[in-house]
Amino acid sequence: MKICVLVKEVPDAAVTKRINPSTGRLDRSGEKNLNPYDTHAIEAAMQIKEGGAVQVDEIVAVTMGPESAVRALHKAVSLGADRSVQLTDDALAGSDVAATGYALAQVLEKESPDLVLLGQQSDDGECYTIGAIVADHLQMPSLTQVIKMDVADGSLRCERQAEYGYDTVEVELPAVISVGDAINEPRYPSLKAIMGAKKKPLDKLATGDAGIDTSKVGADGSQVRCGNFKEPPQKAAGTIIEDEDTNETVEKIVAWLDERKLI
Amino acid sequence: MAGILTYALHYEGAFNKNSLGAVGEAARLAKELGTEAHVLVLGEDVSDELAGSLGGYAAQKVFKVTGPEGLAQPVIDAMAQVMESEGHDYALFGGGLLGFEIGAGLAARLDAGVTMEVTNVSVEDGKLVAERPILGDSAISESRYKGRGIIIGRLNAFEVPQSSGDSAPVESVDVQFSPWSTKAKMVQRGEQRGADVNIEDAQILVAGGRGLGKAEGFDQLQTLAQAFGGNSAVAATRAVVDAGWYPYAGQIGQTGKTVAPKLYLAAGISGAIQHKVGMQSSENIVAINKDANAPIFEFSDLGIVGDLNKIVPKLTEAIKAKKGG
Repeated sequence: MKICVLVKEVPDAAVTKRINPSTGRLDRSGEKNLNPYDTHAIEAAMQIKEGGAVQVDEIVAVTMGPESAVRALHKAVSLGADRSVQLTDDALAGSDVAATGYALAQVLEKESPDLVLLGQQSDDGECYTIGAIVADHLQMPSLTQVIKMDVADGSLRCERQAEYGYDTVEVELPAVISVGDAINEPRYPSLKAIMGAKKKPLDKLATGDAGIDTSKVGADGSQVRCGNFKEPPQKAAGTIIEDEDTNETVEKIVAWLDERKLI
Repeated sequence: MAGILTYALHYEGAFNKNSLGAVGEAARLAKELGTEAHVLVLGEDVSDELAGSLGGYAAQKVFKVTGPEGLAQPVIDAMAQVMESEGHDYALFGGGLLGFEIGAGLAARLDAGVTMEVTNVSVEDGKLVAERPILGDSAISESRYKGRGIIIGRLNAFEVPQSSGDSAPVESVDVQFSPWSTKAKMVQRGEQRGADVNIEDAQILVAGGRGLGKAEGFDQLQTLAQAFGGNSAVAATRAVVDAGWYPYAGQIGQTGKTVAPKLYLAAGISGAIQHKVGMQSSENIVAINKDANAPIFEFSDLGIVGDLNKIVPKLTEAIKAKKGG
């Protein structure tokens, strides 16, 4: 069995995210990291490999992004992927979520995995949807926000929370599954794995290598135009109390509640 | 004809509230565009009466498809087929998990543009423009579509209109499902994990998240809720419900309940968007969190940066004393 894990480089959680006013795109300068949701997808792949129910021959981390995104792949490899693939091409810049999903699907088709895993959302774009887009292009069954996954006999038994409670769904492989963060606790990479990550095979592909139709990607190939960024109506800032003396803090909370007749 | 197609999710004979909101919104927008709003329902045995009742929310026609319920891909097949044959320009979805999956897959199938988490839709030069908050709701971006547009609303973004009681014509459509769409099969749907708790009628809600550290952390929240007395209850975030610390029936947010109590006291909750959408209409929001950068402080009326394990027990005692005195 071959598992591909889709990963993404995102601004570090500590970086204030903003739109670059001249390009209308997310300003991706500053400290970056592997999307924290993706670490759950890699961990899920590792647990299938180590679980022994099926033989996993290879775990491949796949990303689309600029040169710097190679660091996200190194991180993915340090967490257990055997090798990685980076789709990088100036023609891809400005792709919307549908164009990105199309491009990634072309790369995945070449890899022909039995299972594609990804995190439930990216920490920056917050789209939750790339899995469903990739699945439609690959013509595979798909499920998102999966929090439990058992693999056996060419299929997965998945659990997830949907609108009316918990659903249990049986999915035939090959499939595209996005995992929720409740599925596992990702491990920390060992120092040895971090040091060795750069030595693992990494393929760099341009659009031509992956058979991507460049008229369908990039800003021009995207079907959505985003713009006219504006500030949302702001709610008046609330009162903030730093708890130093808890008795005093509690007194303030009680007074605040009492004033509003909530006690 | 041009037009807007929405999908109405249903369960046990009733339509989802967010779907009804989307139907009403589509009808409003279609009128402004000078076109029609249609709805697609898909299920094993949806009655014509139930399907037709969407006319009460101003849908002009309902397409009824027989197929497996609760999964996205059969709906993608059905909506793609209807949109191609009827020439709909837009698809609109209410907030919720299934709408995200269907909308995204449909965008791939039809080579359309897609926007999710949309909070407002307007008409400009005969086309739809969708507003979506981005970057942790610190900015709003407008989406315009080159061709077809797929708009996925944020939870509770579209108000549910009062039904007029009208009925819409129902047209049954045969759909040939894609081979891959039937490779996911529902084994069990809508399992209610944990006890049945009622949080929707409470005027005071004490809610707990991952910051509680363990399931037992909910004990102190129960005690605090009891101290408030009267109409109070304990609620939870999705993360801790998934972890089995609290019943699903007490969950706020995207795939849980939407509440608007007089007081919402959040303990150890970071305030992710999926949670925020289920409680932001609360009259008074108080948050206790040890992380000063937690997003919840952005929309709290009173925020306390500190250790809930120190604050909650003392607050409970103080409220008891106040009520006793």
